[in-house]
Amino acid sequence: MNIQNAVDKNKYKHDRIILHSDCNSFYASVECLHNAKIRSKPVAVGGDAENRHGIILAKNEIAKKYNIKTGEAIWQAKQKCPELIVVPPHFELYKRFSKMAKRIYLEYTDRVESFGLDEAWLDITGNSEHSDGFKTACEISRRIKEELGITVSIGVSFNKIFAKFGSDYKKPDAITCITRENYKDIVWNAPASDLLYVGRATKKKLKDIGIYTIGEIANTPLEILRSHLGKWGDLLYGFANGYDSSPVTRFDEHSEVKSIGNSTTTPKDIKTLEDAKIVLYVLCDSVCRRMRQQGFIAKTVCISVRDTKLNTFNRQHTMDDYTNLTAIITKNAYELFKANCRMDIPLRSIGVAVTDFAHEDIPHQINMLVNEERLSQNIELDKTLDRLKQRFGNYVVRPAVLLSDNALSGFNPKDDHIVHPVSYL
Amino acid sequence: MKKYIKVTATFDCDGNLLPELIYWDDGRKYPIDKITDVRYAASLKACGAGIRYTCKILGKERYLFLEENRWFVDTKEKSAV
Repeated sequence: MNIQNAVDKNKYKHDRIILHSDCNSFYASVECLHNAKIRSKPVAVGGDAENRHGIILAKNEIAKKYNIKTGEAIWQAKQKCPELIVVPPHFELYKRFSKMAKRIYLEYTDRVESFGLDEAWLDITGNSEHSDGFKTACEISRRIKEELGITVSIGVSFNKIFAKFGSDYKKPDAITCITRENYKDIVWNAPASDLLYVGRATKKKLKDIGIYTIGEIANTPLEILRSHLGKWGDLLYGFANGYDSSPVTRFDEHSEVKSIGNSTTTPKDIKTLEDAKIVLYVLCDSVCRRMRQQGFIAKTVCISVRDTKLNTFNRQHTMDDYTNLTAIITKNAYELFKANCRMDIPLRSIGVAVTDFAHEDIPHQINMLVNEERLSQNIELDKTLDRLKQRFGNYVVRPAVLLSDNALSGFNPKDDHIVHPVSYL
Repeated sequence: MKKYIKVTATFDCDGNLLPELIYWDDGRKYPIDKITDVRYAASLKACGAGIRYTCKILGKERYLFLEENRWFVDTKEKSAV
């Protein structure tokens, strides 16, 4: 195990003690645990190539040596490493291992906040039995190895952002402590893109103003960051300086849902508006059913579109009224799509999301011009369809538009897509 | 090598699940004389993880794993015991 810089526990004793635990190469590690024959070989978990989901989802340490990247096409990965073993994902198994890891974390604190299946923050502040972050991290690391048969990297720090940085700093099977004494040496010298939420686009914007490291973000006047990055400037400035004070959510608290979305890479390219309409309907139906299930109504519809040249764009539209009706959300998503997508390049992926939620039981102003009777009928219709689908399966009732192309409409994002991406914010 | 097996187990009054008898493919049955340890554990040899029961069977110590709702053992030989 690699150990970096033990925490000086006497100073700053009122600081929080936050751990970020990251299961190394999670999907690939779980696959290797279950198949001894592939353990000593380069292994990747890949999506279904026939349905054009053929990208690398995770790879083991041996595959990493061949420079195989998560997200690249399987055929590209095989060019780098012809002997690469690609296994299909088993999400139920990963969910089980994720639960097993959570069970261990919960023995140390009830403030355990998941960040995807394989990562979690733990706030152990005030735990008299486990008051030493480094020792606790060592114990958790050992237990995960013994009880799950996989390894974790753990970051220990006084805020969530630096704890996450610590878990990424050294992999696999490592513990890194980021303290008030060492964060300038460790965090500030790292590239800006190592900071949470500095993606490709933000990295480029930072580069344009001569910022390459996290330390340079921290030492740039806030006004300059704000003028180039808007509100993200404030956020990144706070992150880089260690000012993040966001709490680790308690395990049994439901974090506030800010958006619900589904996306799909279609089994064939989308070349016409009719094809797009089919995919949009299936996605909107899933999004609306999930929204109704959770008792939400939403005001903003967002679409994301990716073409075959991998250009991506997102657009959103705020409606006049809150709704969770499939017909209305689909209509708005389709209008948004038509207004923004010229279809000159075929599309390979479409996504729909809704945001700006209110609870459906909370009174809200409705539009005077709306046909109340029709609205009530649509609400009843959706409720009835939801009940039918719940009892007899997703495909028991389908609108005629979906029957014209079963290849495009024959997926069930509500139930198939069980691992929903998470956001820190 | 991982081998799923049939097991007779009981819940005691405290809700603990305790295996009592294991059944082998060829029809042989092996009573579990004693359980000396119960813990969560992974087995690289048997390729899995779950609740590991350390059992005394015919005087020998053997690991028996409960993986969700299936029991498995690690076996190299023809017989587990």
